Amino acid sequence: MDPLRRSPSPCLSLRPSSPSTPPCEMLGPVGIEAVLDQLKIKAMKMGFEFNIMVVGQSGLGKSTMVNTLFKSKVWKSDPPGLGVPTPQTLQLHSLTHVIEEKGVKLKLTVTDTPGFGDQINNDNCWDPILGYINEQYEQYLQQEILITRQRHIPDTRVHCCVYFVPPTGHCLRPLDIEFLQRLCRTVNVVPVIARADSLTMEEREAFRRRIQQNLRTHCIDVYPQMCFDEDINDKILNSKLRDRIPFAVVGADQEHVVNGRCVLGRKTKWGIIEVENMAHCEFPLLRDLLIRSHLQDLKDITHNVHYENYRIIRLNESHLLPRGPGWVNLAPASPGQLTTPRTFKVCRGAHDDSDDEF
Amino acid sequence: MEERKPAHVLRSFKYAAFMNEELRNLSLSGHVGFDSLPDQLVNKSTSQGFCFNILCVGETGIGKSTLMDTLFNTKFESDPATHNEPGVRLKARSYELQESNVRLKLTIVDTVGFGDQINKDDSYKPIVEYIDAQFEAYLQEELKIKRSLFNYHDTRIHACLYFIAPTGHSLKSLDLVTMKKLDSKVNIIPIIAKADTIAKNELHKFKSKIMSELVSNGVQIYQFPTDEETVAEINATMSVHLPFAVVGSTEEVKIGNKMAKARQYPWGVVQVENENHCDFVKLREMLIRVNMEDLREQTHTRHYELYRRCKLEEMGFKDTDPDSKPFSLQETYEAKRNEFLGELQKKEEEMRQMFVMRVKEKEAELKEAEKELHEKFDLLKRTHQEEKKKVEDKKKELEEEVNNFQKKKAAAQLLQSQAQQSGAQQTKKDKDKKNASFT
Repeated sequence: MDPLRRSPSPCLSLRPSSPSTPPCEMLGPVGIEAVLDQLKIKAMKMGFEFNIMVVGQSGLGKSTMVNTLFKSKVWKSDPPGLGVPTPQTLQLHSLTHVIEEKGVKLKLTVTDTPGFGDQINNDNCWDPILGYINEQYEQYLQQEILITRQRHIPDTRVHCCVYFVPPTGHCLRPLDIEFLQRLCRTVNVVPVIARADSLTMEEREAFRRRIQQNLRTHCIDVYPQMCFDEDINDKILNSKLRDRIPFAVVGADQEHVVNGRCVLGRKTKWGIIEVENMAHCEFPLLRDLLIRSHLQDLKDITHNVHYENYRIIRLNESHLLPRGPGWVNLAPASPGQLTTPRTFKVCRGAHDDSDDEF
Repeated sequence: MEERKPAHVLRSFKYAAFMNEELRNLSLSGHVGFDSLPDQLVNKSTSQGFCFNILCVGETGIGKSTLMDTLFNTKFESDPATHNEPGVRLKARSYELQESNVRLKLTIVDTVGFGDQINKDDSYKPIVEYIDAQFEAYLQEELKIKRSLFNYHDTRIHACLYFIAPTGHSLKSLDLVTMKKLDSKVNIIPIIAKADTIAKNELHKFKSKIMSELVSNGVQIYQFPTDEETVAEINATMSVHLPFAVVGSTEEVKIGNKMAKARQYPWGVVQVENENHCDFVKLREMLIRVNMEDLREQTHTRHYELYRRCKLEEMGFKDTDPDSKPFSLQETYEAKRNEFLGELQKKEEEMRQMFVMRVKEKEAELKEAEKELHEKFDLLKRTHQEEKKKVEDKKKELEEEVNNFQKKKAAAQLLQSQAQQSGAQQTKKDKDKKNASFT
């Protein structure tokens, strides 16, 4: 089990101590389970928020992928940059939509990063992205430390960053490595192999293995992070996922008829690549990970780990920052911090103490 | 750069981020799958477990422990309290209950000795202090730099059951005062205890009297939420019956062909779960099955926020200046940290000074002792010398005496021998004379 950090609360003699909770036998139904329904009702009324960022070079199919994921035209028109000279600086575009399915309302914010890695000199091209992510944390922090706070602080923090790796077939490029190293400490990163239809199955597997090796060598901890596995079930489930990361995906938002069914796919001269077919590409895995099974987990890790990390750095180093709003500390971690991500047990009742580098 | 700055602090980003303000409602052309979100959320919460804390305020012997036992269908270990408590004190106990896959960490806080004293002026104070202490603990945790809120054992009181004695007339002044002090800090649910001592018609009058007194005194009791369609109806109908007249019992009596919780009297059996007999079922519905989550939310978003706001304003923060707000918190952290360090340094200085002083004292003491020793030594030496001199004098005297004696002895011997000689001569002369006279 990973060590859990528990900060000792101030010892007030008036507080009941938590460890001594004897289990009690109930002789009949009380109705405690009804609280689950109450939770659900409350959640449905409030709605959910999800913020996703897609990063990658132009032409890798980011916008198409987003459209495919959410089965709608998230981007109103053709992605900017087509036929337009590449912007000189990195731009971030955010769009917010409210989508509803079976009574569940989801406020989805998608942030695109056209111009990433497109310049000749890509030094520090990750800085604007890190700045944006940290700015969202900053806004949340400022809302949180107000005296009169809102009932529900609007959550604009990036919950997941999908990184598109170009399908070179070799291994991760230095730009990818630099970017992933910096980002995996600030946000949940899910790398995917974009435009995977240009690779055969064997090439895909080999590419995947090489990427996994690269990630291990450079100590890049992508989502789902191993240190946050809560119990054995999670471990098993997440290990299977970790084996397939990065997913080889193909995006398509046009429908074609295959065997009488209407499927999303790309039509080529040599066949139709079905997006939702596991034999063709791993898009369903990505979709399930992001939406169907791990969405809440992504949000929880963002809130409990990444946001708390940011908050600690911010509150500790504030004396180094000049006074003024909107300032963000973009100091990349020292090499010592790079290797040991903050160990934090998410939502667990076990109590262990741990020491960390702070 | 002269000032110390961490590397890579960017002064400006060359990026333009704009948010699309209009929230478009997108239409989905297929099943995406995020309708499983509530389930994901519920699963997460289930694995975490829930916390629920109830405060029972009422006189000794009014039936608080029995009611808790009845509500949660279990026997919480507790001995009945005596009436001799000098003051009100709060006793908190935590239990872990599990129903199917829901784990509930229940904390029941009892007011021991409430209403027993002769002078009850300060009865409400320990209660208010306890509630504030729980808020304070949470606030402290929240303000920490390294905090762990997600596995924090929440001890804030979510519901306060106020037990009203079944006099049949009206609220006691102690009740009014206490409730007035508590209504801004906790969700109050007033209940009439031992309701089997009141007849039906008296009960109705009693209830309306209580409610009107509460309203006229401005006591804010917990309002069951009516904004959610699913629960609005049931909450509205239940609110009419406030305060709930409850009977608690853990003993089972055979009624018909079933065992039910009831109290057996010679004149009949009062069934706890019979809605015609008492409002126990309504209380259980409202407290646990329908509004538990809302009680927790109200505690967190209303009572706790109020406490937090008051506390922070007390510490001197204001929101009016959004520029300085986050930094004044930092400033306080800094100030507090500096203060703490200053205190530490001061203490260190004090200790050092004390140490130096002690060393000096010890040194002086030792020097004194040394001096004394020296003096003693000198004294001894002198004494020794004196003695020695005396002895030598005596020796000299003795030798002189011996010499004198020897001299005297020699002289005496000489005299003696002279006397002998002259004596012999004398006799010879005498002899001669004698001889001469004969002729």
